[in-house]
Amino acid sequence: MISSQLTGRRLWIAALVVPPIAFMCLFLVYPILSAFAYAFYEWHGLARGDFVWFDNFHRVLFEFPFSERTINAFKHNIFVFFALMVLQNGLGFILAYCLWRELWGARFHRIAVFLPVVLSTVIVGLLWKLFYHPLFGAVNATLRAVGLGSLAQPWLGQDSTALTAIVVANAWHMVGFPTLVFLAGMQRIPSEILDAVRMETESEWVKMSKIVWPLVAPSATVVFTLLFVGAFNWFELPFIMGGVDGSPHGATDVLGLYFYRTAFGSMSASAENFGPGSALAVLIFLFIAVVSSVITIRLRKREIQL
Amino acid sequence: MRKSVESSTFRTFGWDGLIQILLIGNSIVMLAPIVIMVFSAFKTNAQIFQSPFSIPDFTNVKSILRVWNETDFLLYMGNSLIVTGASIALIIILGTMAAYAIARYEFRGSGLILLFFLAGLTLPLKLAIIPLFIQIRDFGLIDSRLSLIFIYVATGLPTTVFIMTGFIRSLPNELEDAARMDGANEARIMWSIMLPLVRPAMVIAAIQNVVPIWNDFFFPLIFIQNNNLKTLPQGLTTFMGEFGTDWGVLFSGLTLSALPIIILYIALSRQFINGMTAGAIK
Repeated sequence: MISSQLTGRRLWIAALVVPPIAFMCLFLVYPILSAFAYAFYEWHGLARGDFVWFDNFHRVLFEFPFSERTINAFKHNIFVFFALMVLQNGLGFILAYCLWRELWGARFHRIAVFLPVVLSTVIVGLLWKLFYHPLFGAVNATLRAVGLGSLAQPWLGQDSTALTAIVVANAWHMVGFPTLVFLAGMQRIPSEILDAVRMETESEWVKMSKIVWPLVAPSATVVFTLLFVGAFNWFELPFIMGGVDGSPHGATDVLGLYFYRTAFGSMSASAENFGPGSALAVLIFLFIAVVSSVITIRLRKREIQL
Repeated sequence: MRKSVESSTFRTFGWDGLIQILLIGNSIVMLAPIVIMVFSAFKTNAQIFQSPFSIPDFTNVKSILRVWNETDFLLYMGNSLIVTGASIALIIILGTMAAYAIARYEFRGSGLILLFFLAGLTLPLKLAIIPLFIQIRDFGLIDSRLSLIFIYVATGLPTTVFIMTGFIRSLPNELEDAARMDGANEARIMWSIMLPLVRPAMVIAAIQNVVPIWNDFFFPLIFIQNNNLKTLPQGLTTFMGEFGTDWGVLFSGLTLSALPIIILYIALSRQFINGMTAGAIK
């Protein structure tokens, strides 16, 4: 009697956990594990050839023209990461502080800053592409309206501004996310601590740098790590705004685009090239995994447990 | 003494004023692009180019009607609804099953199973798109909505299991034990006693998943070529190419695509903000 109940219970638990685990294995874990294996084979279109050790990695990193493009794209990813660190996370922290004061209208401002976050990257990209249009776009129209018409330029059409223009669109889209994560961190600071600080100093700067910033460290860890992963996975916005080749002249090329082009081909590049494509994917994956773990561990150390 | 009070109130007012100006300025920057987009949907090309910021004649719905009648907008919208709806339903069902087992039963390996789901939180599936492509092709699911649904379920499960397990663990045992005393079997306890209590967590999990799935562009780009199956973000890029010179139609298309989620967000802003930051706030 007891044993049949036990097997019944075991079956019941299995019935609950096996289907979700099966989905995860089939469509998440298995493809990622295979991605590592694929990088070591030669590929003829969609057919797998011989095991070639590190040939694909060598081609992607050291052989022309792959290597040049890899490095070009990688540099752009680094720029994107630091630019978004300032424009998105930096501004997000300042905005969170402003919202935290709960002045009149804070609720409205909170809803406004998060509104773009719910929009599709496709909508954001296409919208800003229209705004950046050299003749009819709203950005140049605004500059002309405030008497800065001389600054009007083809933002997406020239090498010097294209990547920055896309970064700005990204910051507009996502700044609400770090803002609200930081805000949640600030709201969790116990009021006794803040009252005690108020007794000691009137300086807002001391309060922010010595008390608030260290106490929102857990939020900073999450936001920095997510931005790092996002910056080196960056694909959809540059794809929509700069095109699959990272135009103009590869000025907006990033690793995500380059990986996509190598793997699936494009107008300018040849057909799909799964070998180097897989090698690129593995390198990007390892880079993200290693650096984001280091970032997380280092940032965790400065978090204070309340 | 009095003077210092005055100067400090002045300072607070000045400081708060500065903050208020910054917040208003930021909200203008956040909302202006959306307002310009909606306004431009009611304008002709000439109006957009000559007076991009003016308030339009809202009775001029010519461009909007063109999007409605001449493009596959409704088809794309329908596809997005089917794919998103089916994915969310499956994610909630499967996520609740796994979380319930992990949270309510003590069995060997339950910690390991939770860890397995948590590991999935950090895996960027985009980078495994080559093996995934070959696998989906072998399953015969290229150009099928099922490919998208299965992938979204796999990517949505980790956060869902994470959130639901925490919530289900926090529920009290008394009701469950009483029902067990009365001889109710485990399935019945789960279905009629526990699940009604889990609904708030299901809403959070659903909202957290609905935005990235509804907005996704990458996986349809790889797996869907048949126009009849395209989702809204993907279809939007197609029809932006077709109507490239008619800006009124372009802005109408963007407005119509953005409006459903904007309205939903304004109606449920608290739930959206809580849901979408739930994974990042511990």
